[in-house]
Amino acid sequence: MTLTIPTFSLISIGPWLTLALGAILILLVDALSKGRKTYFPYFSLAVLALAAFQTIDLWGAQSTDFARMVYVDNFAFLFYLILILGAALTILLSRPYLEEWGKDMGEYYALILFATVGMMMMAASAHMIMIFLGLEVMSIAVYVLAGFFREDARSNEAALKYLVLGAFASAFLLFGMAFLYGAAGGSLYLDELAKRLTDAATLTKPLTLLAIALLVVGFGFKVAAVPFHMWTPDVYEGAPTSITAYMAVAVKAAAFAAFARVFFLAFPAFHVNWHMLLWVLAVATMTLGNVVAIAQTNIKRMLAYSSIAHAGYILVALVAANQLGAVSILYYLLAYTLMNIGAFGVVILVARKKDSYLNIYDYSGLAYQHPGLAAGMAVFMFALAGMPPTAGFVGKFYIFSAAVQAGYIWLAILGVMNSLVSVYYYLRITVLMYMRPAEADLGPIAFTPAVTACVIATAVATVLVGIFPGWFYDLAMNSVKIFPSL
Amino acid sequence: MIQYVWLIPVFPLMGFLINGLYGKRLPKNLVGTIGAGVIGLSFALTVAIFLEFLKLPAASRPVEIVVYNWIAAGKFSVPIGFLVDPLSLIMLLVVSGVSFLIHIYSVGYMHDDPGFPRFFTYLNLFVFFMLILVGANNFLMMFVGWEGVGLCSYLLIGYWYEKQSASDAGKKAFVVNRIGDFGFLLGMFLLFWTFGTLNFREVFALAGRYPVGSGIITAATLLLFVGATGKSAQIPLYTWLPDAMEGPTPVSALIHAATMVTAGVYMVARCSALYALAPFSLTVVATIGALTAIFAATMGMAQFDIKRVLAYSTVSQLGYMFLACGVGAFVAGIFHLMTHAFFKALLFLGAGSVSHAVSGELDMRRMGGLKDHIPITYRTFLIATLAIAGIFPFAGFFSKDEILFHALVDGNYFYWGIGTVAAFITAFYMFRAVYMVFFGESRVDPHVAHHVHESPPLMTVPLMILAFLSIVGGFVGFPIIEGGHKFKEFLSPSITPVGHGGHPPVSLEIGLMAFSMAVAAIGIYTAYKLYMLRPDLPGWLAEKFRVPYDLIYNKYYVDQIYDTIVVEPIKSGSTLLWTQVDDKVVDGAVNGSASTVAWLSAHLRRLETGFLQNYALAIVLGVTLVVGYLLG
Amino acid sequence: MAVPLSYYLALSVVLFALGAIGVLIRRNILIILMCIEMMLNAVNIAFIGFANAFQAIDGQMFVFFVMTVAAAEVAVGLALVVAIFRNRATVYVDDLNILKW
Repeated sequence: MTLTIPTFSLISIGPWLTLALGAILILLVDALSKGRKTYFPYFSLAVLALAAFQTIDLWGAQSTDFARMVYVDNFAFLFYLILILGAALTILLSRPYLEEWGKDMGEYYALILFATVGMMMMAASAHMIMIFLGLEVMSIAVYVLAGFFREDARSNEAALKYLVLGAFASAFLLFGMAFLYGAAGGSLYLDELAKRLTDAATLTKPLTLLAIALLVVGFGFKVAAVPFHMWTPDVYEGAPTSITAYMAVAVKAAAFAAFARVFFLAFPAFHVNWHMLLWVLAVATMTLGNVVAIAQTNIKRMLAYSSIAHAGYILVALVAANQLGAVSILYYLLAYTLMNIGAFGVVILVARKKDSYLNIYDYSGLAYQHPGLAAGMAVFMFALAGMPPTAGFVGKFYIFSAAVQAGYIWLAILGVMNSLVSVYYYLRITVLMYMRPAEADLGPIAFTPAVTACVIATAVATVLVGIFPGWFYDLAMNSVKIFPSL
Repeated sequence: MIQYVWLIPVFPLMGFLINGLYGKRLPKNLVGTIGAGVIGLSFALTVAIFLEFLKLPAASRPVEIVVYNWIAAGKFSVPIGFLVDPLSLIMLLVVSGVSFLIHIYSVGYMHDDPGFPRFFTYLNLFVFFMLILVGANNFLMMFVGWEGVGLCSYLLIGYWYEKQSASDAGKKAFVVNRIGDFGFLLGMFLLFWTFGTLNFREVFALAGRYPVGSGIITAATLLLFVGATGKSAQIPLYTWLPDAMEGPTPVSALIHAATMVTAGVYMVARCSALYALAPFSLTVVATIGALTAIFAATMGMAQFDIKRVLAYSTVSQLGYMFLACGVGAFVAGIFHLMTHAFFKALLFLGAGSVSHAVSGELDMRRMGGLKDHIPITYRTFLIATLAIAGIFPFAGFFSKDEILFHALVDGNYFYWGIGTVAAFITAFYMFRAVYMVFFGESRVDPHVAHHVHESPPLMTVPLMILAFLSIVGGFVGFPIIEGGHKFKEFLSPSITPVGHGGHPPVSLEIGLMAFSMAVAAIGIYTAYKLYMLRPDLPGWLAEKFRVPYDLIYNKYYVDQIYDTIVVEPIKSGSTLLWTQVDDKVVDGAVNGSASTVAWLSAHLRRLETGFLQNYALAIVLGVTLVVGYLLG
Repeated sequence: MAVPLSYYLALSVVLFALGAIGVLIRRNILIILMCIEMMLNAVNIAFIGFANAFQAIDGQMFVFFVMTVAAAEVAVGLALVVAIFRNRATVYVDDLNILKW
C-alpha cells in the first residue's frame, strides 16, 4: 500500500504557525529561565503583529490547502485580522490587572495565543474536523483562562461551569457532525456538503435536519444564543475581566465565522428550514439579553447580558443570508471588538484592588474625578447602544438593512425595538458618570500606559470606523464573495 | 460659498471638542468666547450662503453638497450630504442665529455656575446636531441629528443633576422620546423598503408615482409623525416638555422653545411631498395639532411657575404649527416656526432675566411689581407677549393669522374654531403672566427685594435683538399686498402645496385679521380684569370651579395615568423577568411539565438545587425545541 | 457477519442519552465529566458506524481527534476540580453557586 502525502504549503497557515510557535516559545522560556519576565506581553504583541503581516501578505488568495482541509481566502483572512485585533487589545489590557492579582504569568499569554490559533482554524476550516479541532483548541485554552485566578472561588466556578457546559454543548455539536456525515454519505467537506445533501435529499432529509439542529445548538452555545446562553452571565462575571473581554469578542467572532461559513456554504438549500428557527433564536436572544441587562447592577454581568443581546443582532444578519448580511456580520464583529474591549478596559481601570469596584454605582461621578475615562466609557456605551455616528450604529444599520433587504421586516423592527430598549441600560452608566455625585471618593486610578493606550485607541477607532465605514465595507464585500449562494 | 455648507455644523463641533477637552483648564472668558464664537461663525457662514443662494437662478436651485459617502451597501448609499434649499436655509438661519444670541446670553447667565465649560460643551454639541438635522439631505443623517439633539436635550435637562427633579425630568424626556424615535425609525425603514433610498429628493420624486392616499405612504407619514409628536411634544407625547423646564433657562429657550422642539414641524414640512399624498395623515396631523394647541393652552392658565407657563404655551404653539401643516399650509407652519423662535426665545430669556433679578425665583406668586426695577426685561418681555398674543404689527400676528386664515378658507371651520379659542386663551394666560410678574404689588421675598437688579448687557443685548426681530420678523410675510409675502415666495419651491381653493376676497382676509385681533384683545382684557382690577377674582373663580380648576392645575392627571399604565408595568415586568424567567424558567418548565414521567420528574426535581445543571437542562430543552421544530 | 448500521446508531443514541442524563442528574463533578466522556464516545460509535457503512475513512479519523480532544478536556476539568476542592472542599456542583442571577 502506497501512501501519498498531499502537497501543502505552510505559508497558507503561516499566521497559525507563527502564533503557535510564539506560544510554545513563551512556555519554554517561562519554564527554563528564572526570575520575573516582563517582556511576555511585548513578545506576544510582536507575534500577533507578525501574524497580522502574514495575513495581509496572503490577502487576495483564494484556494484551499492541506488536502482541502483549510480555506485560504479573504473571508478567513478578514476574520484573522479581527481575531488578532481582539487578542492584541486583550493583551494590552492584561498586565497591570494580572499583577494586581499576582498572576502575571507566561502561560496566560501563551494561552491567549493558542486560543487565537484555534479561532483562526475555525474561521478557515473547510472540513468539519477542522471546525471541531479549532473549536476545542480555542475552548480548552479559554477554559483555563477563565479559571486563571486559581485561588479565587469565583474564577474556579466560572471555569468549571464553562468547561462542563462547553463540553456538553460540544458533544451535541459533534453528534450533529456525525449525523451530517451519515446524511452526506461519508463526506464532511463543506464545499461538497451542499451538493451531496441536496442530491440525497429525499432519503436523508430528516437526518440532515437533525444535524442542522444539533449544529445550531453547538454554535448557539458558543455565541451565547438563547436558550443556550445560561452560562454566559456566570462565566463572564467570574472570569478575570480581561478574559471576559476576550471571550465576549473573540470567541464570539470565531464562532460566528464558523457558523456563517457552514450555514452559507453547506446549507443554503435548507434555508427555508433553518431561517425561521434562527429568526426565533435571534429575537429571543436579543430580547432576553436586553431585558435582563436592565436589572443588572454588576457591570460585568450587565455587559454579559449585553453580549447576549449583541449575539442576537448578529443572528439577525445570519437569518438574512444575503451579501449585505454577511458583510454586516464582519463589520459588526469588528465594531463589537472595538467597543466592547474598550468598555472592559474602563471596567478594569475602575475596578482596581482585585475587582473591588464592579458595581455600576461605583461609576457615579466618574466624570468629575476622571473626565477622560468617563468620556471614553461614554463613547463605548453610546456605541454599544447603537447611537450615531459610532461604529455600533453603522453596524446595526447594516444588519437591519440586510434584514429588510431579505424581506424580514418584522425581524428588523424587533431588532430596532430591542436596540431602543438597550439604550436604557447603556445610557444609565453615562448618566451615573455625568449626572450623579460620587458615592464616595473613588481615589486614584492607576493609568498604566498600555491600558490607557488600549482605551484611547478603541475609543478613537470606534468613532472613526463609524464615520468612515466604507473601507471596511469594501474589504468585507470582497471577502464574502466566496459564498456563491448569497 | 455654498460648497462650504458642511462647515456650518463643523464650527460648533470644534467648539464642543475644544471646550470638552480643555474647558476645565481654560479661563472662563475664553470658554465663553469660544462657545459663542463658533456659533457666530456658523451664523455668519449661513448668512453668506443665504445671500449667495438668493442670487442663484431658479434653475440651479436647490443645491446638494455631498461631502463623502458615509454608509454604502450595494446600490444603496447614505452620504454625508447637505441639501441647500429655501427650507433648510431658513432653518439654518433661525437655528444658528437664535443659538448665537442665546449663547451670548448664556455667557452672562451661567457666569457663576461651576459647570460653565460643561454647559457650553453640551450646548455646542446640541447646535452641531441641530444643524445636521436641518441641513441633511437624507433621512438617515436627519435621524443622526434627531437622536443627537435628543441626547443633548436629555443631558441639559439633567444639567443640575444634584436636583432629583432635574434628573427625573431628564429620564422622562428620554423615555418619551424613545417612543417617538421608534416611530421615526419605523417610518424611515418603511420608506427605505419601499423606495430603496433615503435621499429626500429621490424619495419625494419616487413617491410622486404613487396615487394620493396610497396605504404605504400614509403608513410611513403616520409613523414619521409619531416621531414628530415625541420630539415636538404633541399629544400624547407632550408630557416631557413641561418637566424639561428643570434645565437652565437658556437651554429651555434654545432647545425647548426655539429649535429642537420645532424639529418635528420641520420634518413634516420637509416631507410635504409625502404628506400631500396622504390626506388621512394630514387630517391626523391637523387634529393632533389643534387638540394640542387648545389642550396645552388650558393647562397654561393655571400654572404659577413662569417657565411652566411658557412651556405649555410652547406646546400649544407647536400645536398651531402642526395644525398649519395639517391643513396644507406648510409655509404658514414654517413661518410661525420662525416667528415663534424669536418671541418664544425672547420670553424664555426674559423669564431667565426675571429670575436672575429675583435670585432664582420662578413662582409668579412671589413676584409682582418688577416693571420699574428691570425695565429692559419688562419692555422686551412685553413685546414678546404682544407677539405671541397676535397683536398687530408684531411678528406673531402675521404667522398666526395666516394659519387661521388657511384653516378657514379651506373650509376647516373646526380647526379654525379651535385655533381661535386657543388664541384667546393664549392671549389671556400670557398677559396673566405679565401682570403677575411686572405689575401690581410686589410679592417678592423681602430678603431678595432690596437687591432686585437689571441683568448685565451680555444678557440684555440679546433680549433687545430678539425683541427687534419679534417686532419686524412678521413683515417678511406681509399678506394682502401683491408680492408682500416674500417669505412664501422664497419658500414655495421647497414645499409641495396641498389643494387650496382659489383666492378669497381681500375683505375676508382683513375681516379675519380684525376678528383675531379682537379675540386677542378680549383675552388681554380678561387677564387685565382678573389680575389687575380684581386680584381676588381668580382665587374666587378657582374656588367656584374647583373640579375643572383642579383638573387643569394637575395637568389633567396625564402624568399620573402614564405612570400607572406604562412606566410601572415595564419596571415590574423587567424585574419579574429577571428574577423569575431567567433563573427559574427551567424550574418552572420542569415543575409544570405534566408529560414528564414520574420517575424522571422525581430525579429532575433535584436539579433545582444546582445551578450548573439547570443550565445544562436549558441546553437540553433547547435541543428538544430545535430538533422538534426542524423535524416536526 | 456485518453489524447493520442501525445497531450502531441505536447504541450511539442510547449511550448519548445516558450520558446527557448523567450530566443532568449527577452531583459529583467527576461523574459529570465521565458522563461527558460517555457522550463523546457515543458520537464516536456513530462515526465508526457511518464510516464502516460508507467505507470512508474520514469518520475514523474524526474518532481519533475526538478522543484526543476529550482527553485534553478532561485534563483541564480535573485540574479545575482539584483547584475547587482546595478552595471549597467540595466536589458537588450544587455547592457551586456564588455566581447567579
